[in-house]
Amino acid sequence: MNRLILLGLQILVGLAGLALWHVLTVYPILGAPKQIQFFFSTPGAVLARTWAEMMTPEIWGHLWITLQETVLAFVFGAAGGIAFGFLFARNALLAAVFDPYIKAANALPRVVLAPIFALWFGLGIWSKVALGFTLVFFIVFFNVYQGVREVSPVVLNNARMLGLSERGLLRHVYWPSALTWMFSSLHTAVGFALVGAVVGEYLGSSAGLGYKIHEAESVFDVTGVFAGMLILTVFVIVIDAVVTVIENRLLVWRPQAGNQR
Amino acid sequence: MGEIGRQDGGDRPGGTDAVRLEDVAIAFTLKGAKTYTAVEAIDLAIRPGEFVAVVGPTGSGKSTILNAAAGLLKPARGRVRIFGAPLTGLNARAGYLFQADALMPWKTALDNVAVALEPKGVARAAARDQARAWLGKVGLANFTDRYPHMLSGGQRKRVALAQMLIRDPEILLMDEPFGPLDAQTRQIMGNLLLDLWAADRKAVIFVTHDLEEAIALADRVVVLSAGPAARVVGDFPVPLARPRDISEIRLEPRFHDLYKEIWGCLRVEVTRAYAAGPA
Repeated sequence: MNRLILLGLQILVGLAGLALWHVLTVYPILGAPKQIQFFFSTPGAVLARTWAEMMTPEIWGHLWITLQETVLAFVFGAAGGIAFGFLFARNALLAAVFDPYIKAANALPRVVLAPIFALWFGLGIWSKVALGFTLVFFIVFFNVYQGVREVSPVVLNNARMLGLSERGLLRHVYWPSALTWMFSSLHTAVGFALVGAVVGEYLGSSAGLGYKIHEAESVFDVTGVFAGMLILTVFVIVIDAVVTVIENRLLVWRPQAGNQR
Repeated sequence: MGEIGRQDGGDRPGGTDAVRLEDVAIAFTLKGAKTYTAVEAIDLAIRPGEFVAVVGPTGSGKSTILNAAAGLLKPARGRVRIFGAPLTGLNARAGYLFQADALMPWKTALDNVAVALEPKGVARAAARDQARAWLGKVGLANFTDRYPHMLSGGQRKRVALAQMLIRDPEILLMDEPFGPLDAQTRQIMGNLLLDLWAADRKAVIFVTHDLEEAIALADRVVVLSAGPAARVVGDFPVPLARPRDISEIRLEPRFHDLYKEIWGCLRVEVTRAYAAGPA
């Protein structure tokens, strides 16, 4: 399909959604507009509020806090996941012994840890980093574990026949293979780091986007909640785009659909 | 034909054998603690500088023999000697060309070749220079920065060839290396291999299921019986003159005579392999 037509249709869907929202909340169709607006606000009000928020330095402070928490959770979670993924994949006994505990820990819904972390690490950023860590760690851990275990035996045997030492194999075969798997889950991992940060903020903090949304919600400021959600969405899209750029840089060797011969 | 390397029981005149399998048996453990004997009582000796092709029906353990010579598999019985010394662990004096793609997909052609010099302690810059020269020798001077997925099957084999040869191994082990390629590319690769090999003749074990390819390339063709428990059932010298052009040599009458003779031996085994079960 023509790109322009596709773009036009995509914009049309968005506009239609906004128009429907506008019509249903401004005109007395479902009930008194004032009452409806209390629950659903209006697209105009949400956009105006979002714009007003973006113009204040306050929201950038909140975004900065959330970004910090996300990045720290991702970095620590990924580092831990890589380290333990490697360790367990190269040590069968360790993996076998810890297997039930890893499974149990991963089965626990991490949100319930948020109050505990708030207790241990306070209401600052570290309790959110901890929550994000528990989410990111397992994703990266399982992927790295898999990546190291599923190195192509032919590539491995070839590298061994070339005389590479155990260290050489680690550097030239296991590590790149594990990284591939990790990067294939990069979007998910970064997404979960953000979930950890926002949920943590939502459950107890004094700064960040999650806090901002929670604050609006506690005074029944639906417009504020929607505005916070919109900002959060744009924030996630931007982070995801940055991740895509990093991914394309690091996985330049990977075949992409279309240019494979 | 006959038993090779066993009659004299020691070194032949003219030096030590590059590879020598003595009464080698290799078994695999299957599910349910059953064992499958892939090859049994293999005696095979390859002299330095000799190009030996191993042919046999599917499942005759051709690759198994190669893996034993490489040290990737440990024989259940018998001994593997490399230049007279018993083989323990991996065979450091051999290079191995695999049938499947074995290049590291995350490295460029140049880095794939250069990494082979790392165990020898060659400095990175020097290794890259040598790798560039080798890629030139295999005709890929303009493809050094390509990743494997950006190369054709034949080009990937050329990189693998350079990767194996840059280490200057004394023994070359090749497991149907040109199997996945199309007929023309196989001939081109065969000629390239012969050219590179002629420069400093190494001992070669070349496994293939293609008898024509075996005769065109080798000094000697060894025929394995149908598996399980495959043995050497034939050993034929190939007294064709070198240098050879493998697309031309097939037209010679001597080639046809050899083909008929060896095929007579191989056909019995191929028929047996098919009778034992569908391939």
